[in-house]
Amino acid sequence: MAKMAIKVNVNGAEQSAEIEPRLLLVHFLRENLRLTGTHIGCDTSHCGACTVVLDGKPVKSCTVFAVQADGRSIMTVEGLEEDGKLHPLQDGFFQEHGLQCGYCTPGMLMTGYAFLKENSDPSDDEIRHAISGNLCRCTGYVNIVKAYQYAAQKMREGGA
Amino acid sequence: MAPKTSPEIGGMGHSVKRKEDPRFLRGLGNYVDDVNLPGMLYLDIVRSPYAHATIKNIDISKAMAIPGVLAVITGKDLEKYNLHWMPTLMSDTQMVLPVEKVMYQAQEVAAVLATDRYIAADGVEAVEVDYEPLPVVVDPKKALLPDAPVLRTDKKDKKDNHIWHWEWGNREATDQLFNDAEVTVKEDIYIPRIHVSSIETCGCVASFDKVRGKLTVWMTTQAPHAIRTVFALVAGHVGLSEEKIQIISPDIGGGFGGKVPVYPGYVIAVAASVLTGKPVKWIEDRMENLQADSFARDYHITAELAGKKDGTLTAIRIKTIADHGYTDAAANPSKFPAGLFHVCTGSYDLKAAHVEVDGVYTNKPPGGIAYRCSFRVTEAVHTIERMADVMAHEIGMDAAEFRMKNFIKPEQFPYKSALDWEYDSGNYAAALQLAMDTVGYADLRKEQLEKRARGELMGIGISSFTEIVGAGPSKHFDILGIKMFDSAEIRVHPTGKVIARFGTKSQGQGHETTYAQVIAEELGFPVDSVLVEEGDTDTAPYGLGTYASRSTPVAAAACAIACRKIKDKARKIAAYLLEAHEDDLDWEPGKFFVKGSPDRAKTIQEISLAAYTNHPPGMEAGLEAVNYYDPPNLTYPFGSYICVVDIDKGTGEIKIRRFVAIDDCGNIINPMIVKGQIHGGLTMGLGPALYEEIQYDESGNILQGSFMNYLLPTAVETPNWETANTVTPSPHHPLGAKGVGESATVGAPAAIVNAVVDALWHLGVRHIDIPITSAKVWKLLREAGVRD
Repeated sequence: MAKMAIKVNVNGAEQSAEIEPRLLLVHFLRENLRLTGTHIGCDTSHCGACTVVLDGKPVKSCTVFAVQADGRSIMTVEGLEEDGKLHPLQDGFFQEHGLQCGYCTPGMLMTGYAFLKENSDPSDDEIRHAISGNLCRCTGYVNIVKAYQYAAQKMREGGA
Repeated sequence: MAPKTSPEIGGMGHSVKRKEDPRFLRGLGNYVDDVNLPGMLYLDIVRSPYAHATIKNIDISKAMAIPGVLAVITGKDLEKYNLHWMPTLMSDTQMVLPVEKVMYQAQEVAAVLATDRYIAADGVEAVEVDYEPLPVVVDPKKALLPDAPVLRTDKKDKKDNHIWHWEWGNREATDQLFNDAEVTVKEDIYIPRIHVSSIETCGCVASFDKVRGKLTVWMTTQAPHAIRTVFALVAGHVGLSEEKIQIISPDIGGGFGGKVPVYPGYVIAVAASVLTGKPVKWIEDRMENLQADSFARDYHITAELAGKKDGTLTAIRIKTIADHGYTDAAANPSKFPAGLFHVCTGSYDLKAAHVEVDGVYTNKPPGGIAYRCSFRVTEAVHTIERMADVMAHEIGMDAAEFRMKNFIKPEQFPYKSALDWEYDSGNYAAALQLAMDTVGYADLRKEQLEKRARGELMGIGISSFTEIVGAGPSKHFDILGIKMFDSAEIRVHPTGKVIARFGTKSQGQGHETTYAQVIAEELGFPVDSVLVEEGDTDTAPYGLGTYASRSTPVAAAACAIACRKIKDKARKIAAYLLEAHEDDLDWEPGKFFVKGSPDRAKTIQEISLAAYTNHPPGMEAGLEAVNYYDPPNLTYPFGSYICVVDIDKGTGEIKIRRFVAIDDCGNIINPMIVKGQIHGGLTMGLGPALYEEIQYDESGNILQGSFMNYLLPTAVETPNWETANTVTPSPHHPLGAKGVGESATVGAPAAIVNAVVDALWHLGVRHIDIPITSAKVWKLLREAGVRD
């Protein structure tokens, strides 16, 4: 199959690659770049385990072709930590026990990263709707909502 | 109960933050699909579009012509090695790849081996299979009719689709109590086929080293040691030998019972690696996972309760048809083909009980695993809690008062149930009373009456469940003959740091933290200085794994006993160092000291160093211990849940207004983790209660084969759970703990259903099968003449 050249910025670093046009973004990230923090859970864009942030918006990378990311910026879970300091969302998930098996966690974090930029003081109900495209089978969501609130408060206080 | 250790040590009762979180939060977990080996090949599977069909021909030529496709493996290829069938955990047989016919839609038909996962998928598309459809049997009741086609034609003497009959209890005494009863109630209850749907699907990377003859398999398994032994037994004849089989269960993205069985994909990947000498990766997609991996439940139950007009229960009688699909691949202890279903007398003091179950073959995927539950406990709890509510309503008694009247009383423990279980401890009334006080029960009942008078629909549902977990005592519990003990191996290093390994395997339960807390509790090492490892069969002691809420009841007990062996030796070393008699030493967390002279002390770290540098003459050096723990009894966690629902008369939509969950899992190791387990368990109770079901049409086509229509609860549907605990320690567990991972999944559905039926009882509704969709409620409302 003919290959196409793409250039993408992933977590602040420019990446060039020759790829098949059918290659999914999630496979490009996981296999070509070996950024395996982004997970695959359902193939039908329901579970959100593969959520990454594309030009500031959360997208499900299992339903985006890598070639569609050409010339754009991607942020994955590996890009959240800065200078050895956890992002407030990561810290929130740690403090509030917002994760168990950890498989949905990267997607939950990336949805939250984009969401809290749009809504810095959300209600619990707004958080629940924001993560309704991210399935978690372990936590029952209660502590994920708390983790988002923890992060939102830290960020409002200037923690990030 | 206040913790015995300081927060710095972090023993039992401290909400220690999880040691596993830092890697997961950074995307640095190591799940099976993250394993990447040089030269690794990819396996993808051709699956049947038919539920029952003869395979006339498989043409692999077009697939083999695709550059990068290396092989297409069929049943005939495996037949040469006698690997086309494999045993199930219930001593039935299951096809790895079919030679003659397929038995369910999405069954594995052939496997494509390629250099890349996309090319493997291309190969799957290009394999041409010629099928001749056969008559399909979907309904297990029809499967038992005399004219039903016999499905298991591979079993030479098989003349029907009946697998086994199993019964337990005293039939005569039960029938007598029913004959003498003032009141009896009877309901047909279907507990549908559902799927655990962990967010990570199943898969493996098999890597066979031809020179050394060693097979290493990274695999999504909850029971790595058992898998190793099964591989050695099944494939010994092709040269796999148990000392050269290493199963590594890496980070697991949720298990819930779905990662206990051996699926054909694992076996084919192993065979492909053994044949090629190259690493082979097989990862399911979600549709394969939902359509082909083991299902849970699928019990067609007819239940009856007998009692007196004053509300005293006397007996329960149950008949059940269990739909196992085309083979019985349940994950049960060998002696119990219906699992622990005979804990169905629940929290009540019944005089007699009798339960019968018949296993049946149909053209559906195999299974009968537990959905976050200890071997059919959910089916048992759902039945008794539903029936208790029906009886209470029938005689016009409040559902809480009815339960209080029939509960096993605290002074009756240890309690021998009518079906022979010995409940270890409980205080059921205290849990229900706390739930009632928390939710404001009396006021809610008043509100309900007022609303009913106004034509509004509100219901209050109770579930007072008793679980049975921690399998189990070797007298009764084994899987394929292997007793269901579990193990801990603890080594203390000279600098006072600890490595501990276990036969279990966490899938999110937080073992790396909680086992470290047990060691902190017993030996006083700070939790930060303890490293817990699980899941590598080359290093961990043998154990039966993590499912059925058995890690705390069995492996944490092993951990405590191993710690106590170490402590005994540490005491001797301390006595030597302090020049005192060991009987004159006292212990406080982290140090031994001479009685009455707290300054004359040796810390556990000083003792650790001495174990290698200055140990008493005649004593072996080192400080370590192993324990294989055979529990004397199961543990019986319990709780009372109260659910309050409001139902929209126009749409049938059920809104859960409140859900109060009071759990009692005995002594608690980590309150934060216990609460998290209950939140998650409640949500996996909500899903089957209202949304999750797998159905088939008459041709055997699956109707909920992806997350498009197999509906997991999202954050929007999930209520803000209200939880609290009572504490009734287990008298026989070394830590007084009982296990908690599954209680909420077991107990929650009945509370939700009871609330919905309570809202509709005055309209003539006695029972609704789960999942209670809005459409079902809407239909019932219309039938009852209710208009918006």
